[in-house]
Amino acid sequence: MNEINQSILTLILLVPLAGTVLVALVPDRFKLPNWIALLTALGTFGLTLHLPMHFSFAADAPRFQFEFTRLWIEKPAIFYHVGVDGLSVWLVVLVGLLAPIGVVASWNTIQSRRKLFYALFLVQQTAMFGVFISLDLMVYYGFWELSLVPMAILIAMYGRKEGPKAALKFFLFTFIPSAPLLVAILWLYSKTGSFDFATLRFWVASGALPDGALFWVAIAFLFAFAVKVPVFPLHGWVADTYSEAPVALAMVVAGKLGLYSMLRFHIGLFPVQARAVAPVLVGLAVIGILYGACLALVQRDFWRLMAYAALSHLSLITLGIYGLTLTGWEGAVYQILNHGVVDGALFLLLGLLYDRYASSQIDAYGGLAAKLPRTATFFVIGSLAMIGLPMLGGFVGEFLILLGTFTGVSKGWAIAAAVGVILGAAYMLWLVQRLFYGPESVLTTSKPPHDLRLGQLTVLWPLTALMLVMGVAPMLWLPTIETGAYLPQLRTPEILPRVFPQLASPISMNGEGPQ
Amino acid sequence: MNPVPDIFRILPEVILTLTGVLVMLLDAALPPHWARRPLGWVAALGTTFALWGSLVQLSLPEGTGFSGTVETSAFTVFFHVLICGVVLVAILLSLDTLPEDSHHQGEFYALMVFGAVGMCLLTGAVELLLVFIALEISSIATYVLAGYRKETARGPEAAIKYFLLGSFATAFLLYGIALIFGATGTTQIYEIARLAPMAQNQGFILAGLGLMLVGILFKVSAAPFHVWTPDVYEGSPTPVVALMSTAPKAAAFALLLRVVYEMLPTLRSVWQPLLWVVAVLSMTVGNLAALRQQNVKRMLAYSAIAHAGYLLAAFAAVDSTGIAAASFYIAAYAAMNVGIFAVVTLVSGYDEKRPLIDDFRGLIYRSPLLGSLLIFFLISLVGIPFTGGFFGKFYSFSAAVGGGAIWLAIIGLLNSGLAAAYYLHLALVAAQQPDAQKPVVPVPRVGVAVGAALLLAVAATLVLGIVPGEVLHAAERAAYTLQAPSAETSTPHNVLDLRMMMP
Repeated sequence: MNEINQSILTLILLVPLAGTVLVALVPDRFKLPNWIALLTALGTFGLTLHLPMHFSFAADAPRFQFEFTRLWIEKPAIFYHVGVDGLSVWLVVLVGLLAPIGVVASWNTIQSRRKLFYALFLVQQTAMFGVFISLDLMVYYGFWELSLVPMAILIAMYGRKEGPKAALKFFLFTFIPSAPLLVAILWLYSKTGSFDFATLRFWVASGALPDGALFWVAIAFLFAFAVKVPVFPLHGWVADTYSEAPVALAMVVAGKLGLYSMLRFHIGLFPVQARAVAPVLVGLAVIGILYGACLALVQRDFWRLMAYAALSHLSLITLGIYGLTLTGWEGAVYQILNHGVVDGALFLLLGLLYDRYASSQIDAYGGLAAKLPRTATFFVIGSLAMIGLPMLGGFVGEFLILLGTFTGVSKGWAIAAAVGVILGAAYMLWLVQRLFYGPESVLTTSKPPHDLRLGQLTVLWPLTALMLVMGVAPMLWLPTIETGAYLPQLRTPEILPRVFPQLASPISMNGEGPQ
Repeated sequence: MNPVPDIFRILPEVILTLTGVLVMLLDAALPPHWARRPLGWVAALGTTFALWGSLVQLSLPEGTGFSGTVETSAFTVFFHVLICGVVLVAILLSLDTLPEDSHHQGEFYALMVFGAVGMCLLTGAVELLLVFIALEISSIATYVLAGYRKETARGPEAAIKYFLLGSFATAFLLYGIALIFGATGTTQIYEIARLAPMAQNQGFILAGLGLMLVGILFKVSAAPFHVWTPDVYEGSPTPVVALMSTAPKAAAFALLLRVVYEMLPTLRSVWQPLLWVVAVLSMTVGNLAALRQQNVKRMLAYSAIAHAGYLLAAFAAVDSTGIAAASFYIAAYAAMNVGIFAVVTLVSGYDEKRPLIDDFRGLIYRSPLLGSLLIFFLISLVGIPFTGGFFGKFYSFSAAVGGGAIWLAIIGLLNSGLAAAYYLHLALVAAQQPDAQKPVVPVPRVGVAVGAALLLAVAATLVLGIVPGEVLHAAERAAYTLQAPSAETSTPHNVLDLRMMMP
């Protein structure tokens, strides 16, 4: 058992790579690449399930489990060091779950160059897993950068209209901010001689590093992550990427990497510095919630609507993260999981509509519910889960985040965020109404109805069931998530007034704190 | 007290010279109507031998030969292997891409090999006059090769431009050597290192260093001495560009390392800020200009300037990490650059009818192999992890950060973001659907020789990106031998003593 526990994470990394090689080798016939990709994705998903099943809650259990360390490069000392804790364990499972869904969503969409598509899709899987499990900053950075490449190429090659432009935008937007990130990592190494997460955490907390420099290092980390999420003023790439990216990729990337990195490598690594900037992030997050929701209300294109909806939802999660309360933290991680599941289902359905009717203009649709009853039902359930109807997954996460904000940060911010949630209900329900109800449009009558088929149903049923389970039994997840929380040390942020005097209004922490 | 026969000190150079002479003699002796292509295989074989010869040198004790003019050490072997490898790839590349009936093929291969002699000698020379001679041998060979396509207008233009500017730069170098000789009374690098701090006229030494830097920075095409690069690259045959954008540059960087770290380490306070400025200029100028290019070779020429800048960032380090980082970067850069020029050669053809970025549209559809390779090398040039380009930049910039030059690293990495724009643009163009209106341009089949060349380049880029340990070890040994043991007591840079307290 112990051996499996040691090698399970490495296996999770290697299986998709092996699938890539296989896909590259087989001929492009009989949908062979599709089947290999599907089996690989399912196999990997099975492997990821091993993690929560054997996750130890014992009091003396180490923080990081399934850990494995080996020296990779001697100088500079880079270790292949992987492990998961309560924070990342379910995120790994989520990536594993979305992979087969992504394959199913691309099954009929991708008609040409299937080998390349699935090969790169699986590389993307490895990169995402790598980001979530790496505990050595260089290895983490490697996977972080690697995750951009397949994404950019796939958007360029399989984009809908303006693929290459969107790909370039996506790549530059996320590549350039990682330059300061790398410098910051190198600076940490030059001061401490280590890239190891735990070691660096010790160093940062020890107070041996100069406070002023650490502040900027933390800012460099945060900047790279904030672009990737995206946080409000840095969201320029989102709409184009969502409207161009193949469905499988849009659902896979959405925000998770950036949010996780904030939790682990910004708040986890620089608690004091994160506290110093948290008020700014809270403000930006609330602006992002409202701004994204307002923009989503006026979109005519459903991909762009989903993009701004994602901006709004991811900002809500950011709010939960930088509220720095335990409740908000749990809500944020839970909402990442839920958002992944719901977005996966909705993107799958919208992708099917787009494939069928070749239009993403909302006005062109109408009255689909009568012709495609199953599609409509699943879409409605997904939308309800997204807007946070009680008994469905979205409710738990949003409620926890808002509760944490209300009690731990400020009532005003919480009310503003709640307004954004209400707006979210407005644009999603309006979208449902315009797509599925009302009179049948020219477009919807022009094609014979083609409802969901078995392949899609086998994916959508479990997803919908999962939304329901996540809504009624959050205790299946929350205890694990709780063990992964990093609560910032309550050291007074004395560096803040020196760097930015005007930002020095401290967040009150009376809601929760480390017990 | 030198038990090693002098001839072993220049073993690779001897093998290369013999190969070159053999190729020329065969070219003259063979009947005129016989194909000259096999001469290329002779040259490739000779270069492989020379590569083996350099490895043999590893087993020699370190030291100098020929009255202290040439040296063999881990440093020289590192660069010999690198140069011979690049020349080998360039020859293999030419084998499949030079037209069967092209004129003077024998000379072409002989010149490549002779150029390699000069470059190898340049990395081993520890006497300034020999440095000058070696530089001339390598330069003259490349001048001629640059103008190999006499039938086009651009070929001779490239050759003449390169020759005039190059001679000018070499004159600067020579003048610098003269001034340093005047100040110290010797041309031996070790002697200069010993005598320079005590020299009476420090002004001469400073002026000499400045003039030598001009000459060397011209050869590595660093801004502001870079203007020749795009024109020369555009006019020269692409296999030659693959060679001259890497091997002579590697040799010139070896010389730069020797001059600043071994000959005048005491003047660090002078050359370090100078190189800092040159590094920033090179990256910024190179990248900004590359953004606007439509011709792939010109774009890569400007990107080569930028890469010289990234490399120079390593010189901001305080100790031997800078040398190791620079050496590693040269190796990584050589691997990926030779690779991408190989792909460009195949796609644009010997006569370069298709040199524009737009001509690469849909390459991955026309030839999945070449398209994927192009994207792979571009990704490495961008510096994405798990490729050689990443670790090159990584070591270079971590050397800079270790030396306290945080801003240099930030500027450098932002620049690499800028560079990603044009590299990726080309990659995305190659990944686009081909234009339906345009006639489909057939891409030539990848022959055995080119296949071998590409395989070498891909393998090198991947090895440097995934298991860079061995090469870094070699670079570190090289760095160690280069830095005179008495140079300065090198403290482990900035590492806090508190490390001992770690649990």
